[in-house]
Amino acid sequence: MSRFLKRASVAALVLAASASAVLAQQLGVGREATVAEIKAWDIAVRPDGKGLPVGKGTAARGETIFQTQCATCHGEFGEGKGRWPELAGGHGTLKADRPFKTIGSYWPYATTVFDYVRRAMPFGNAQSLSDDDLYAVTAYLLSLNDIVKDPNFELSEKTLPAVKMPNADGFYDDDREVSEKQFWARKPCMKECSKEAAAVIGRAMAVDVTPGQKAGPKVD
Amino acid sequence: MTKSPSEPGSDVTTTSRRKFMTSTLAGGMAMTGVGRASAQQKPGSAAVANPKNLPPNVPDWSKVLGDGVAAHPYGKPSKFEKHVVRRDVEWLTASRESSVNFTPLHELDGIITPNGLCFERHHGGAAEIKPLDYRLMIHGLVNKPLIFTLDDLKRFPRTNRIHFLECAANSGMEWRGAQLNGCQFTHGMVHNVMYTAVPLKALLEEAGVKPNGKWLLAEGADAAGMTRSIPLDKALNDCLIAFKMNGEALRTEQGYPVRLVVPGWEGNMWVKWLRRIEVGDQPWHTHEETSKYTSLMSDGRARRFSFIMDAKSVVTNPSPEAPLLAKGRNVLSGLAWSGRGKVTRVDVTMDGGRNWQEARIDGLVLDKSLTRFYVDFDWQGQELVIQSRAHDETGYVQPTKNELRKVRGVNNIYHNNGIQTWLVRSNGETENVEIS
Repeated sequence: MSRFLKRASVAALVLAASASAVLAQQLGVGREATVAEIKAWDIAVRPDGKGLPVGKGTAARGETIFQTQCATCHGEFGEGKGRWPELAGGHGTLKADRPFKTIGSYWPYATTVFDYVRRAMPFGNAQSLSDDDLYAVTAYLLSLNDIVKDPNFELSEKTLPAVKMPNADGFYDDDREVSEKQFWARKPCMKECSKEAAAVIGRAMAVDVTPGQKAGPKVD
Repeated sequence: MTKSPSEPGSDVTTTSRRKFMTSTLAGGMAMTGVGRASAQQKPGSAAVANPKNLPPNVPDWSKVLGDGVAAHPYGKPSKFEKHVVRRDVEWLTASRESSVNFTPLHELDGIITPNGLCFERHHGGAAEIKPLDYRLMIHGLVNKPLIFTLDDLKRFPRTNRIHFLECAANSGMEWRGAQLNGCQFTHGMVHNVMYTAVPLKALLEEAGVKPNGKWLLAEGADAAGMTRSIPLDKALNDCLIAFKMNGEALRTEQGYPVRLVVPGWEGNMWVKWLRRIEVGDQPWHTHEETSKYTSLMSDGRARRFSFIMDAKSVVTNPSPEAPLLAKGRNVLSGLAWSGRGKVTRVDVTMDGGRNWQEARIDGLVLDKSLTRFYVDFDWQGQELVIQSRAHDETGYVQPTKNELRKVRGVNNIYHNNGIQTWLVRSNGETENVEIS
């Protein structure tokens, strides 16, 4: 066999292998999803507005829905009852010793409010609000945070993606491999690493919140 | 002369053990509820064994017949193990449907977590899905959007993988200092299971991802509609569509009939009751990756998409719920893991970090899996300050809590992989502490 032929046959073999690999990938398992099925199940909304349904609502109308369906847990003004999440306030507290993270003080995108309320709220009766109701409740939550100021401002699939959140620029992608590179490639001391014995400076038993106790601090 | 528990004939009662129990019960106010409960219930530490069952006597169970084969169609742990359960922290959350409980790490050994003890984290309760009514939809930037039944999924080539799942908030209550006095509560949001699964890659190839597909949205069918954005590279690399755990169907609370497995990455991304995968060209910035599961730093800005769980370890025994009961020979035991690969080494100190020794790693050492370590040691009742420190194959060495705080502050909530300290007192009682 000439060198050329050998090469050609190898190429043919490679082609055949990759063709069968493609065939092997497609098992013909599962059936095609219809447009209607996808539309009904696809409830996700992105910051650019992709996924938002056609609809509209105002904070004024949202207040009525919120007071009947949401305030039991979240409080009349979104302040949160008991350990239920607070939804409003906390502006400017992210650097504080005790930050107060709410929609207004922390969330980077207003579309996330619509997406989350749509998929998970009201708690225990999820996916029950109409699209117009969702816009209205979202508008009310934004108004509780002074982001939407006009109670008659019409939130819709067109206006919602344009709402700028106060903490929109407060996030950055995971940088641990750079900002914490000191945790890599180190050879920790193994023998006689300190002269003095370590002193106990904090005790869980002094805090006394392990189950069996009644009270405890609030955590996220 | 006081008998040492390790001496022959000393297993009925021992002075030191009785002393420990007495001090535990008498010191009720100081001892936590959980410490009391487990010490009382723990059969191995019962102060008195029944002499009728001990040599030279022959116990009843050697004379009368036990249960027949049909008595327990699905076997349960021995009735003497009733204290080995998941526990929750009631004050932590507003409702148990959006809450968490914890794996009793101090009662387990080896690396596999029994299915019924795998911690639970739900955001809208555990959905109960009939397998016949289960559907998984894949759509978005694909050539052919598809719907699979459970049986369809089982027609793809299968793989078996052992991986840890750790909640990003594991140890999250300890950022400001020692708070919960129990290994179950400080470190119990982790479990390690063998999954039988099909690679997510196979399903994506079946649908055909378009060239501009870069991210996936994984969505659960639960009442929280749990959603996370996952980079396509990760999905194609090692993500799994799992339907079995430790050989049997997934437990309801672990996503029956199908969950996503995202090896080494934060547990919240391992969407349970998986109903939909959408391919897109950018992330969705869902509630769970903006409002939650972002790490607030001390400068007021927050890290997002911090997916990988850093190397971490914890000594499970001794620990607050598992005090030292006997002088002389003892076994220190613990777990180490890394979201970046294999654990290569674990160091243990018993004097608060002045001197360290390499622990003995035993059993399987697997990629992104819990790894078991031991230190066999003699204890003469001296106070011990115990810590463990994991190393992984990328060269990462588990930091101290103060090293973490220095970079991140104390308001991260998530990704607390700092070194844990247990103080063992001279009576064996063990406490969660922080040291200078």
